[in-house]
Amino acid sequence: MKEIVSSMAGTILNVVVSEGETVEAGKVVVMLESMKMEIPIESQVNGVVKEIRVSPGEFVNEGDVLIVLE
Amino acid sequence: MTNLKDLSNTYVENKNKVYKGGHQKYHDKLASQNKLFVRDRLKLLFDDGIYQEDGLFANFMAEDLPADGVVTAIGKIHGRTVCVMANDSTVKAGSWGARTVEKIIRIQETAEKLKVPILYLVDSAGARITDQLEMFPNRRGAGRIFYNQVKLSGMVPQICLLFGPSAAGGAYIPAFCDIVFMVEGNASMYLGSPRMAEKVIGEKVTLEEMGGARMHCTISGCGDVLVKSEEEAIEGARRYITYFPQSFKEKPKMEKSLPPVSTKPLEDIIPINQNAPFDMYECINAIIDEGSFFEVKKLFAPELITGLARIDGRVVGIIANQPKVKGGVLFVDSADKGAKFIQLCDAFHIPLLFLADVPGFMIGTKVEREGIIRHGAKLIAAMSSATVPKISVIVRKAYGAGLYAMAGPAFEPDCCIALPTAQIAVMGPEAAVNAVYSNKINEIKDPKEKLAFIMEKQNEYKQHIDIYKLASELIIDDIVQPSELRSVLSERLKLYESKDMIFSVRKHPVYPV
Repeated sequence: MKEIVSSMAGTILNVVVSEGETVEAGKVVVMLESMKMEIPIESQVNGVVKEIRVSPGEFVNEGDVLIVLE
Repeated sequence: MTNLKDLSNTYVENKNKVYKGGHQKYHDKLASQNKLFVRDRLKLLFDDGIYQEDGLFANFMAEDLPADGVVTAIGKIHGRTVCVMANDSTVKAGSWGARTVEKIIRIQETAEKLKVPILYLVDSAGARITDQLEMFPNRRGAGRIFYNQVKLSGMVPQICLLFGPSAAGGAYIPAFCDIVFMVEGNASMYLGSPRMAEKVIGEKVTLEEMGGARMHCTISGCGDVLVKSEEEAIEGARRYITYFPQSFKEKPKMEKSLPPVSTKPLEDIIPINQNAPFDMYECINAIIDEGSFFEVKKLFAPELITGLARIDGRVVGIIANQPKVKGGVLFVDSADKGAKFIQLCDAFHIPLLFLADVPGFMIGTKVEREGIIRHGAKLIAAMSSATVPKISVIVRKAYGAGLYAMAGPAFEPDCCIALPTAQIAVMGPEAAVNAVYSNKINEIKDPKEKLAFIMEKQNEYKQHIDIYKLASELIIDDIVQPSELRSVLSERLKLYESKDMIFSVRKHPVYPV
């Protein structure tokens, strides 16, 4: 199990993946908005999306879990 | 009766004995650990594997401590004289006795006298506790090594290659060097070992967690270059040195000019939309000589890129925001990373090139509690006091203190130039309109009308900060076509060569830390 966390405080713009989807290391899984910038959050590892913990408009802090991979 | 031939034979015997280092079983272990014997490291490091060694017979009377566990030598790298200290991990795990320390101090003193770079090939378990009174507390004890490093800092390049542990006090050798190469899986650095931590504070962690190479190169920032093998570290050090002069008394040497590896136009790399990410490495590759990029702290605070490069053969230090990572926003670690790199370049007459696309410093309680204000001040102090040629290029945007951090006009860059699409402002249009018209916006109930109002105000704002307005007011020194950026930079660097200034007359600054 691997958790993909937010790299900085901000607001979720959109979640780019869906449950059950296979992701490769380097794939953008969530778009975050912070400091008026579009921040791509990438997966560091390969895996399958098990849980999506956030939705658009939600505030997250640095280190908050966004996606859980299997 | 002993004759000269006997003495000669004895000498050869003794020398070979010392040359072999420690017991064979320790040599056998090295291969399985992906490690080289110290003298094999030196064979790869020095030109033709040749060096002059001092203190070969240190502690010879002890019989089982050849060279007292450290090789101190002078030799050449690319034809340039360098001093080297290299621990021998086959001798009591490379630990330090009294003569080990004295040898290290002397090779440092040699580097100071000769005004040449010094390399520390570290692979040591630390102090020999049994010998502590002779090597720890005294005036020429281990502390003196660090005192000397501080004295040598900026005088000559100091390079650390971490091949194994650098424990406890020994951990300060890498800490005082300009750059640290760490071999993944083997290099480690910590004040207290996991075993000590368990005994003394009750913490249970692995070696990698406590002080592994990867941890230091990504999280703590104590490591600068993570490598996979010793050969890669040695090759890296030999390459790194080509960007630097022998000492602060000289400038780095020019090399043959090479065209950039990338011909991709900057217009295709940089989006018009100020908020969309792009890859700053692509810009760098379009500007610098092919193959000339030597990145420092690549894995640490990747939202800021710091690296040495060449433009038309001339060494330059690049500090660039990376919009792809955290929007290119500056954080505590990026501020520290930038400050150190600026100081490194300024110490050795390497011109600084700032490539700005920065929305500002991060905000929020987390970074405030980390002291982002004083870390940002550290970065700005380093940049302000640099007296090497300093060029600021506004690649896309520079907002607020981000403009300041990237050598904006008030900080005496030799020039501050912008691409035609650049935006320089206290903050971006969205944030500004929010701030100034917040009451008015809330009064408008109809969403369509609200949006139209916001768009109108944002456009007004963009007009207000139009780059030609800034050029008209001499805020920036020039607007540069993206296709001409490399040649403009090359020309300006050439013209700035004679720059000669003192920043401030005083004993030394009260530096924000």
